[in-house]
Amino acid sequence: MEFEAQLLQQLEIEKDREIINRRPVRIDPARIRRRVWLNNLLQRVFSLSTAFAIAVLAILFYQIISQSIGWLDWQFLSSNLSIFPEKAGIWGAIVGSIGLILIVIPVTIVLGVSTAIYLEEYATEGRLRDFIRINLSNLASVPSVIFGLLGLSLFGRILHLGSSILAGGLTLSLMVLPIIVVSAQEAIRAVPGFLRDGSYAMGASKWTTIWKVVLPIALPGILTGSILSVSRAIGETAPLVVLGIPALIMRVPTSVMDDFTALPIQIYYWTLDSVLTREYANLASATIVVLLLVLFLMNSIAIIIRNKFQKSY
Amino acid sequence: MDGRTDVRKMIQDNISHKANRVDAVMPKFLLVMASMSVLTTVGIVLTLFFDAFKFFRQVPLSEVFSTDLAPLSADPSFGILPLINGTIFTSLIAMMVAVPIGLAAAVYLSQFASFNKRKVLKPMLELLAGVPTIVYGFFAYSFVTPLLMRLIPSLGSKNVISPGIVMGIMIIPMVASLSEDAMNAVPDAMREGALGLGSTRFEVAVKVVLPAAISGIVASFVLAISRAIGETMIVTIASGSNKNFSFDITQSMQTMTSYIVEFTSGDAGAGTTGYYSLYAVGLILFVFTLLMNLLAQYISKKYREVY
Repeated sequence: MEFEAQLLQQLEIEKDREIINRRPVRIDPARIRRRVWLNNLLQRVFSLSTAFAIAVLAILFYQIISQSIGWLDWQFLSSNLSIFPEKAGIWGAIVGSIGLILIVIPVTIVLGVSTAIYLEEYATEGRLRDFIRINLSNLASVPSVIFGLLGLSLFGRILHLGSSILAGGLTLSLMVLPIIVVSAQEAIRAVPGFLRDGSYAMGASKWTTIWKVVLPIALPGILTGSILSVSRAIGETAPLVVLGIPALIMRVPTSVMDDFTALPIQIYYWTLDSVLTREYANLASATIVVLLLVLFLMNSIAIIIRNKFQKSY
Repeated sequence: MDGRTDVRKMIQDNISHKANRVDAVMPKFLLVMASMSVLTTVGIVLTLFFDAFKFFRQVPLSEVFSTDLAPLSADPSFGILPLINGTIFTSLIAMMVAVPIGLAAAVYLSQFASFNKRKVLKPMLELLAGVPTIVYGFFAYSFVTPLLMRLIPSLGSKNVISPGIVMGIMIIPMVASLSEDAMNAVPDAMREGALGLGSTRFEVAVKVVLPAAISGIVASFVLAISRAIGETMIVTIASGSNKNFSFDITQSMQTMTSYIVEFTSGDAGAGTTGYYSLYAVGLILFVFTLLMNLLAQYISKKYREVY
């Protein structure tokens, strides 16, 4: 007992000595002021760089809209291409873009949703599932121009589709496939497990459960994802140019096997031509306005669907 | 009146009827659909290798790795170095714009911005990512280049600086959102601990959050490089098709992607060496971007701090 008390006393003394010997803590107001000043300065720098990115966006919109004023009218939308800038219109390009959408939507929804259902509902943990997943994430980052080369070989030359709407639509479908798969996967994963269990408990088979319970609930998410992937597809230029879309198509396409032009392609050729004739830059910006409006509309619909129909459990 | 047997009979009927036939077929059908994405990759690799192989058989390696590129002249030459040079320069300029601004935006959004500001700013940045690249190409060529010409009078109408900068602006949202995700994954307890010890927000960001999120941030840079290398329309429009090997960024340079676009729209006949050269360039581009992606995945997996 005595020994313990002695030890405690010893410790007390050492603690006191340590506190006495410790360097006194001094609050340095100048240093704190400097640190706060630096903090405030950099907060401003960081917020300005965010603002810079958004300002560029504003300048871009302003520039394009101001150049399109006077050119974007009904005549421009409804008439066909012409060698005279004043008479040129984008009706053919609009029809071409709609044709592309009509191919991309069914192909990507069937392929993408099937893949997502397989990965989420059927595939067991293992090599095959990991392989498909890694493959999808790598496919998502393949440059779009490479998909153009694939389309040129596979659809253009081997399947003899040439540079038709069908070839372009299929090429774009493969390109946006990873986007729709990932969003459909998320939508399916968000369906709570107790609904599946309830369905099984009622005697429903696996496919009936997926078809009648999981998919209807996941539908808004799937639709949102497919709209976003389609809007990615119609803004894409490089794969179509690589497929060999001719520069000047005067005829409005009437079937999926026809050669065609689309809105982004028209923007590309008119931008290149603006070196020779200034007016082509106006035509290009008017087309950009149309393209951006279409994209804006599609994205708004996607957001509305997501907010209105998505239930949370 | 035994209701239970009725239900059991109904289930038995269901099981023995077509329902289970569908159940047997659907997994197979879905597997076939799921393998389409794998087939797409196989298709890409096969077409690239197949035609690139023909190219490498026709053109000696010493010529491929030369600085002499003249695919359309009477005595064609297929040196690939000018294209790699152009790709590196445009991507480098893009990264010089995208990395500091993207990272600053990420720090601002995750450390400084109030909830309400974040709710407004984030969708606006995402809008920047949603603009098609052809629109950026037009913007670079018809607005940024003339603007830069006032600052640098010797600037060519096709040059490397303007598409580089615009490409960087295009990539900012990507760097910002990926880096921000990495920073948000850092637990709040660490942030609050540092703040509680008297750090300023900036010190928390630089000394606590950045080191903890560094793997995700570096991975976002690598993915951004891969995106810049593969970007096509901006460089095709604004950087032109000068095939000389030079280091003058005020003049036109051709990148790998714009070579592919220029040559296909120039109607290269199938079967010529020029046609196969597209696939050789495509193969190199594909390998470049694939390596960058694998590197990004490796970095974010290997150096991730787990809390």
